[in-house]
Amino acid sequence: MNRILIVGEHDGSRLNPAIAKCVTCARGIPDAEITIAVFAADPTAVAADAATVAGVDRVVTVTHAIHSNALAAAIAPQLAELAAAYTHVFGPSTTFGKDLMPRVAALLDAPQVSDLMAVESATRFRRPIYASNAITTVAAAEGSKIIATVRIASFEAAGVSVAPAPIEAVTVAAEPATHTRFISVSSARSDRPDLQTAAKVVSGGRALASADNFGILFKLADKMGAAVGASRAAVDAGYAANEMQVGQTGKIISPDLYLAFGISGAIQHLTGIKDAKTIVAINKDPEAPIFEVADIGLVGDLFQIVPELDRLLG
Amino acid sequence: MKRILVAIKRVVDYNVRIRVKPDGSGVITDGVKMSINPFDEIALEEALRLKEKGIVEEVLAVSIGTADCQQQLRTALAMGADRAILVQTDAVIEPLDAARIFRALCERETPLLAILGKQAIDDDCSQTGQMLAALWGRPQATFASKVEINGDVARVTREVDAGLETIEVDLPAVITTDLRLNEPRYVKLPDIMKAKKKPLDTLDPGALGVTPVERLKPVKFEPPPVRAKGVMVKDTQELIDALRRKGLA
Ligand SMILES: Cc1cc2nc3c(=O)[nH]c(=O)nc-3n(C[C@H](O)[C@H](O)[C@H](O)COP(=O)(O)OP(=O)(O)OC[C@H]3O[C@@H](n4cnc5c(N)ncnc54)[C@H](O)[C@@H]3O)c2cc1C
Repeated sequence: MNRILIVGEHDGSRLNPAIAKCVTCARGIPDAEITIAVFAADPTAVAADAATVAGVDRVVTVTHAIHSNALAAAIAPQLAELAAAYTHVFGPSTTFGKDLMPRVAALLDAPQVSDLMAVESATRFRRPIYASNAITTVAAAEGSKIIATVRIASFEAAGVSVAPAPIEAVTVAAEPATHTRFISVSSARSDRPDLQTAAKVVSGGRALASADNFGILFKLADKMGAAVGASRAAVDAGYAANEMQVGQTGKIISPDLYLAFGISGAIQHLTGIKDAKTIVAINKDPEAPIFEVADIGLVGDLFQIVPELDRLLG
Repeated sequence: MKRILVAIKRVVDYNVRIRVKPDGSGVITDGVKMSINPFDEIALEEALRLKEKGIVEEVLAVSIGTADCQQQLRTALAMGADRAILVQTDAVIEPLDAARIFRALCERETPLLAILGKQAIDDDCSQTGQMLAALWGRPQATFASKVEINGDVARVTREVDAGLETIEVDLPAVITTDLRLNEPRYVKLPDIMKAKKKPLDTLDPGALGVTPVERLKPVKFEPPPVRAKGVMVKDTQELIDALRRKGLA
């Protein structure tokens, strides 16, 4: 029996959609029993969410005022304590999971598989390295505890179960560390679809040349029901918010459609879009490397093509 | 003396096109340009700026790896680090062992901060800083895009999925750097000459009480799957037609 503990990332009220993908990954492990752990100031709503993810056997909750914000230093000792009873501890490859899981692994003196993209057995996994320019298969010694962050672009979300899993409140002895304090979070909140889970993404690069010009992409995205992404060059130049960055050091996404306007196609950008089902590239340079990965390419000026698309899709 | 410890990893330069060896035993690194991991260069730059502000007196650059890592440490010294330590080994060092080595050095050198890159662009693990913080029993502020030191606390802005998060951590602490934290300075020729005289010590992992262990055995390396060749369309209408055929517009 493999006992898998998944840390249930949430925003205080909802389970992060990435967790249903972690569950799919965990179900790939033979003979798996799956538990989701929710750390929260009030876990009620999130635990109820977690209990309905298909394939989940049990939800455990740890309630503490400090968990009103997700801090790795606060969660890690408690998660490590819970982990004693499990063979695998998984988190999503989100900034939350990337921050937390190695801290847990070190407390458990266990190795971590980062960006787990495929399960070959309970101890053998595939993961990308070198900005996804190579894939490696790694094997852990039989019987060693395994910590992993799950590359969410590699897995479909588990469905919703009609018979919710049991929820159990647990107490842990480990006190959360207090040397780390949450101050604030700021985000360019919008009503647009979330970049990480959107079916369609419209994305812009340095060629947009200003934050104002990005407005034409937002307009097109709204017409298509798409999220908006950006290259690092566009973010660095201040044309787009940092949370819009797609790529090796931004978000790794797997939409059905990715429309890239004025993005050259640097390796680090392509890392973020390789799992998109259809990539469309619009670039005025026919030699731009983005055309090597595009399913549909169009050579031309985005400042002419975006408004045309907007009009013709009308 | 107040100091900052900075991690410097020697990696394949980010401009190199990576190729997997035909026998699947690894990626080709022979004759390939090697550099300081870009995130570590940002870590060093941040440490140098904190020294220039008078917050610390010394910047210590540490690398773990083969004798060749001396090249990257010399570059770090030329950028402005005061001294360097190479923990020399030919073994493959997994993040947990790197963290154990850094922990031993943190205990010996008692830095105010340990600054590491948020990930190395070879194995893309993004683990060492967090593991060091856990083993050292200190706070971590990962993916930093802004760092302010006020007395014995650091206020750090972090790049998270939702946007920008600000946290406060007690010092000493571990910080890992994101790309927008700063832009590293260029090395000037006279500094390269001066760097030759700066101290660069070599240590054995054993001297720090660490025997590297292989916990995750790499059994195979493969190139990524290639995408099927796409089509070119000649105008916007054709693009829309192609999208409609796929049910995407
Ligand atoms: C360690 C590291 C990590 C990185 N991580 C990331 C990452 O996560 N994400 C990322 O995106 N980058 C990342 N980068 C940066 C990456 O290497 C590139 O610099 C960046 O992706 C380039 O952005 P761009 O394509 O917008 O700009 P450019 O490369 O400047 O390309 C602009 C493109 O626009 C085209 N163009 C110009 N005008 C028009 C027009 N009017 N109409 C149509 N096309 C036009 C040009 O032909 C060109 O192809 C990273 C780099 C490093 C070193």
